[in-house]
Amino acid sequence: MEARILDEFRAIVGAADLITEPEQLSTYECDGLTVFRVLPLAVLLPTSTEEVQAIVRVCHREKIPFVARGSGTGLSGGALPAANGIVIGLSRMNRILEVDLPNQRVIVEPGVMNLNVTARVAPDGYFYAPDPSSQQVCSIGGNVAENSGGAHCLKYGFTTTHVMGLEVVLPDGSLAHFGDTTVDRPGYDLCGVFVGSEGTLGIATKVILRIMKKPEVVQVLLAAFNSTTEAGAAVSAIIAAGMLPAAIEMMDNLAIQAAEAAVHANYPDCGGLLLVELDGPAPEVETLMEEVVEACTRCGAWEIRLAQSDAERARVWMGRKAAFAAVGRISPAYIVQDGVIPRTALPFVMSEISRLGSARGLRVANVFHAGDGNLHPLVLYDDAVPGQDKLAEELAGEILRLCIRAGGSITGEHGVGEEKKLFMSEMFAEPDLETMQLVRCAFDPEHLSNPDKIFPRPRLCGERPGVYEPHPLETAGVAQRF
Amino acid sequence: MPAAVQQVSWSELAADLTGRAGPCPRSTGQEHLRAATAADAVDGVAPRMIAEPGTAEDLASCLRWARGAGLKVTPRGGGTKMGWGNPPAACDLLLSTARLNRVCEHAWADMTVIAEAGCRVADLQKALAEHGQHLALDPLWPERATLGGILSTNDSGTLRLRYGSLRDLIIGITVALPDGTLARSGGKVVKNVAGYDLAKLFTGALGTLGVIVQAIFRLHPLPRETRSLTFSGTPAALEQLLLSILASRLTPVGLQLRAAPGGAQLDIRFDGTAAGILAQVDQVDQVRQLAAPSPAPSDAPADIWTSHQAIWDGAAPALVARLSVLPAQIAAVCALIERSAAARSLAWRLVVQGVGAGYMRLEGDEPALRSTFLALREELAGIGATKPGELKPVVTKPGGTIVALGCPLAVKRGLDVWGPASDAQPLMVRIKQRFDPDGTLSPGRFLGGI
Repeated sequence: MEARILDEFRAIVGAADLITEPEQLSTYECDGLTVFRVLPLAVLLPTSTEEVQAIVRVCHREKIPFVARGSGTGLSGGALPAANGIVIGLSRMNRILEVDLPNQRVIVEPGVMNLNVTARVAPDGYFYAPDPSSQQVCSIGGNVAENSGGAHCLKYGFTTTHVMGLEVVLPDGSLAHFGDTTVDRPGYDLCGVFVGSEGTLGIATKVILRIMKKPEVVQVLLAAFNSTTEAGAAVSAIIAAGMLPAAIEMMDNLAIQAAEAAVHANYPDCGGLLLVELDGPAPEVETLMEEVVEACTRCGAWEIRLAQSDAERARVWMGRKAAFAAVGRISPAYIVQDGVIPRTALPFVMSEISRLGSARGLRVANVFHAGDGNLHPLVLYDDAVPGQDKLAEELAGEILRLCIRAGGSITGEHGVGEEKKLFMSEMFAEPDLETMQLVRCAFDPEHLSNPDKIFPRPRLCGERPGVYEPHPLETAGVAQRF
Repeated sequence: MPAAVQQVSWSELAADLTGRAGPCPRSTGQEHLRAATAADAVDGVAPRMIAEPGTAEDLASCLRWARGAGLKVTPRGGGTKMGWGNPPAACDLLLSTARLNRVCEHAWADMTVIAEAGCRVADLQKALAEHGQHLALDPLWPERATLGGILSTNDSGTLRLRYGSLRDLIIGITVALPDGTLARSGGKVVKNVAGYDLAKLFTGALGTLGVIVQAIFRLHPLPRETRSLTFSGTPAALEQLLLSILASRLTPVGLQLRAAPGGAQLDIRFDGTAAGILAQVDQVDQVRQLAAPSPAPSDAPADIWTSHQAIWDGAAPALVARLSVLPAQIAAVCALIERSAAARSLAWRLVVQGVGAGYMRLEGDEPALRSTFLALREELAGIGATKPGELKPVVTKPGGTIVALGCPLAVKRGLDVWGPASDAQPLMVRIKQRFDPDGTLSPGRFLGGI
């Protein structure tokens, strides 16, 4: 990078917050999906909206691509640096700016940790609902980019449900405000468009969050079944009875083994484990929990446990939340997959996953947000065996195709990022993707903000959308669509 | 809908219309094209014709044809909210979704539904109720309003406190763009973060970006039992009670404050099991006793949860506006409206949901309606800006918003129904230009002249 530009960056953030040494830059070369690595030219750590704006203005003037980064816990390569680009790390913008309890709003900077929002309002009986498993370390800005979910989004919704407003530095360095502390601000719902756009539409520098009152009681039930099919039938029975639990999680035997090895959650050794959490007014929860027990029993549960204390409940959840990392205890290497299916397709999809795995001699551990059909198959392999990594990658891809065939999605909460952009053309038709590009081009016509993510091919904003007009490069035989 | 339908040929109409229109798309179906009548006017702007395509593909090709012919198009569903927004700068063709009215797939075990845009809300709810489910939204005039219409106007009702608004319920969308593209976003699974969320972009866009042809929603179980209570008191006391309820561990489904010159009421609704409701009714009375001096509640009459609809009925001329404030500003808004209306001898009514969104009605002569509305807008913008120790505005300007929805055309012509645009307006204009570069759709109806 040219010295004059580095000088300009240094003048904006100060020498201490401009990283250019290769050893230090390597910290930023990947996110939680470590298979993709690109060394950025520089990393800048701004401390204010004004600094972010100044940085982005320079990028816009010089056509330097930039990638915003929170804690780097993403699992789809969304924070992977752009080649010849910079990373804008937002970890120093970590202040909780305002807490408005009567109106149940909290205004934060993007670098605030997810769990710190709840920690701040918990003494007054409130919580911030989205709870991705990485909530101790992941940032609100990252949650906004990825529209993060978590175990409790079955009842409470995703990040987009809880973000009421945003201050955003647009890719040309200008500042815009979307949404507000009040609902129904006139105009397009740009807040809704921005949340989940994976950093491709700009950088959020302030976030207005909705907080909620903690429920009166929370009960967690563990039910052991012989198979995930039986456990899946219990999920359907619970939903069909007209209940909306706070969470329904499922783990198969491999996942249980892993969780036991890692955190000793004291799970029963079974083929399919269901974890059902109900919350709300005490008499309501008691009545409904009886019905859950009944449904589980009817579907073949041979052991049912109700967590009796906060500590016990925390331990039950610890096993589930640690499951991804825990798989490291039973396999030298593994791929974390994230797909969604209609809940009713679960038995079919489970047996297919098992069949696809066996055909390649690979094991798959399964952890699901079963209530909303979000699967997290963990494809286990041995990286010491030549070629097995390729087989595992292939299997992970086949599982995604299975999700698409079942009427589902290639990602429920990890995002498309770098990892799944080729699958976008399998899930969506070309006109769908072209239409999404219209949004992209309105925000970022020069494709500077986290370029080359989400979409399967680079597009130029001058292209006409939709009506199958070949790009001049295609006509000339220089490029082709895929 | 106009009773007398004059059948004319597409080419006659098209030629009459512009003289520039090329051959009509083969599939549009001439029998579903007719001349418009005076009753089809959108805020006094009379379209020349109405097309009622029977498939999404036909609608898209019709739209593309219209764009090519240089026509201005306004989409129409049930026609219940055509007067929302500013008067269109022009309207040649009404593109009706009346024939796109199917419930395509109710996957009750997955609690999702796919339905066409012209499907009426009540028809959808009836189909869903067969499996004990509903779209957890109670918009205006469900017997006539269509899904496309409630989406385009982002309508919502009293269930919002618990279930959110349409943005929280829609999980997939198919839209037709002016160039004839049919595009889809989202899908039929509740949890899905693949690609941009176009469903949210189109929700509330008032048909300025494209025409919604199909939508997919997540569903909720119908409540097992339900019970509603009504408290009476001053707006200030009831706001205190409302905030105390929000700060408690009660889980009301509906919470609304109604006010008029004669007094104010707070309605609360609980859904759930009989035992759960009973416990909550006990608790809410404890909250009341701690919150503010007010009489014990009574069981609410059945129709209170359609108050947001009833506010549209009354003496004319009148102005109905949608307003949005923080919950802790509801009493201040009541006082503001009361003062402003009294100063100009206007009758007024207000119904506000617990989330801070609601409707206001003013009745009186036209000049007073306009001046009162504009004065209210100005004062609302500054509401909550003061009191030391309270929330300091850091991110956005304080205050609420007010949008005029229903009023005599003469009143509307003297004001911008939306109010001032924000610093996001240039971006909104760029989005409009990308989706509708020729300004074919609903020109001038939206915020900031979009």
